[in-house]
Amino acid sequence: MLAILMTKKTGIGSESNVLPVTCVIIFIVIIWYGFSILLNAPWEFDKAKRNSITLSATELVTNTWAQKRPKLPAPHQVVGEIWATTVNKKVTSKRSLVYHGLITFYETIYGFALGTGLGILLALGIVFNRATAMSVMPWIITSQTIPILAIAPMIVVALGSLGFGGLLPIVIISMYLSFFPVVVGMVKGLKSPEQLEIDQMKTWSASKSQILFKLRAPRSTPYLFTSLKLGIAASLVGAIVGELPSGGGGGLGFRMLSGSTFGNTLHIWSGLFSAAILAGSLIAIISVIQRIVLKRMALEL
Amino acid sequence: MQSEVIKVSNLDLTFETNDGPVHALKNVDLKINKGDFVSFIGPSGCGKTTLLRVLADLDEPTDGDVTVNGVSPRQARESRAYGYVFQAAGLYPWRNIAANVRLPLEIMGYSKEEQLKRVTKVLDLVELTGFEKKFPWQLSGGMQQRASIARALTFDADILLMDEPFGALDEIVRDHLNEQLLNLWKSTNKTICFVTHSIPEAVYLSTKIVVMSPRPGRIVDIIESNLPSERPLEIRDSKKFTEISQRVREGLRAGHIDD
Repeated sequence: MLAILMTKKTGIGSESNVLPVTCVIIFIVIIWYGFSILLNAPWEFDKAKRNSITLSATELVTNTWAQKRPKLPAPHQVVGEIWATTVNKKVTSKRSLVYHGLITFYETIYGFALGTGLGILLALGIVFNRATAMSVMPWIITSQTIPILAIAPMIVVALGSLGFGGLLPIVIISMYLSFFPVVVGMVKGLKSPEQLEIDQMKTWSASKSQILFKLRAPRSTPYLFTSLKLGIAASLVGAIVGELPSGGGGGLGFRMLSGSTFGNTLHIWSGLFSAAILAGSLIAIISVIQRIVLKRMALEL
Repeated sequence: MQSEVIKVSNLDLTFETNDGPVHALKNVDLKINKGDFVSFIGPSGCGKTTLLRVLADLDEPTDGDVTVNGVSPRQARESRAYGYVFQAAGLYPWRNIAANVRLPLEIMGYSKEEQLKRVTKVLDLVELTGFEKKFPWQLSGGMQQRASIARALTFDADILLMDEPFGALDEIVRDHLNEQLLNLWKSTNKTICFVTHSIPEAVYLSTKIVVMSPRPGRIVDIIESNLPSERPLEIRDSKKFTEISQRVREGLRAGHIDD
């Protein structure tokens, strides 16, 4: 989550907050190193006791920052692990973070595309049809109150028993999380033209679809981009959550789960950071497109 | 004998609001001939804008008869009988001036060549030639409003309905636009209904001035102006101009004493 915030802030053209963000990062890294010592020290003491040696303070610190299976790996260990499993591994290897990252990336993109499509369709239905608005809106809101962790295994099992294994259940879960911000944003966006603009269209006897394409859709663009940024982050969370009960397929979620199962904290942390970097990059890409498009349309948020 | 373009008889309009019904228009009778320049003047809440919106089929009367070009306002709207200019220019920021002006033509399904021809013609009419590729934010308020008038002229409606089109502009720009509007009216022979707050503006522009009064909105006086059709801005210092202005002022005052 931290990486998402950082990318969002430092990613595009806002030079002014480089300093505060850097300060925060330094602060966090210092605290992190401190906790690495604190959490990994008991094991070092045990080891020293078993071997009947006494540790100097320096030895203790360097040892706690270099354990093979630390409770909390130090930042440089995580960076090293990420380096070892990206640059120094074949992309096709199941030990490569790039391999797992790509799986999660595709799941996220498919889920995001489906979720965005579904969200826009639902928003159109809600804006243009009162019956749809009344009947669908409560369900949309209810859908988001159900914990995704509870429903994800059911989707995997249900779709699996119908013969749909592999990517599809994960993509569905990812879509399930990402359509919601799009619906909410687009309903607001499609309704955003002022009364004057609607009246103006009426004086030209414009049809509903002409009003949609020439007025409502362009007016909703800023809302769409805001929704897309929320949606892609939700898609990624959905993809990772979906990988947990699927088992075996790979992906960053799978990598973190297996790390947790085998007590390999380095795998967990490197997976976690990869996911954050992925989310941050995806949001940054949308932000860049948003900037270009809105500037061209002379629409600002 | 001039032909009647707009006929309003016994028009009543009541809005239902949370604070109870509001009588926006009461017993309005009005005839507008082809080629008239009619101003509607009155204080806020006198129903002048509402009356214009009824003619445009944007609001529906509670009672009474309205015909525009001999048919109901709805049919008139659907046959694109009028161009409507709102107080705000309402240009789309993502379209350049040419694209904004041709928007009604796109909606009405004109061919590309016809669109280009007409846009060129109306931009010339409002003296905006050369600004086709500019975007609204690159234009001054007065120029934006001229573009908005050009847009209302593109599809050659005989009637132009204008709701305080120059209300948000400063006086110098306003004078200039009034002059331009008169020229445009003379060269196109359109029927213009013009809502305004300003007495000099109403007297300067109109062949007929409709004075209105609020609570309930109604017509208190209809003045046929006998100013010559050639109207330089200096005409506002003439005796005739002052006399007509005086009568408008009296009408407005009479409306208030009734309260």
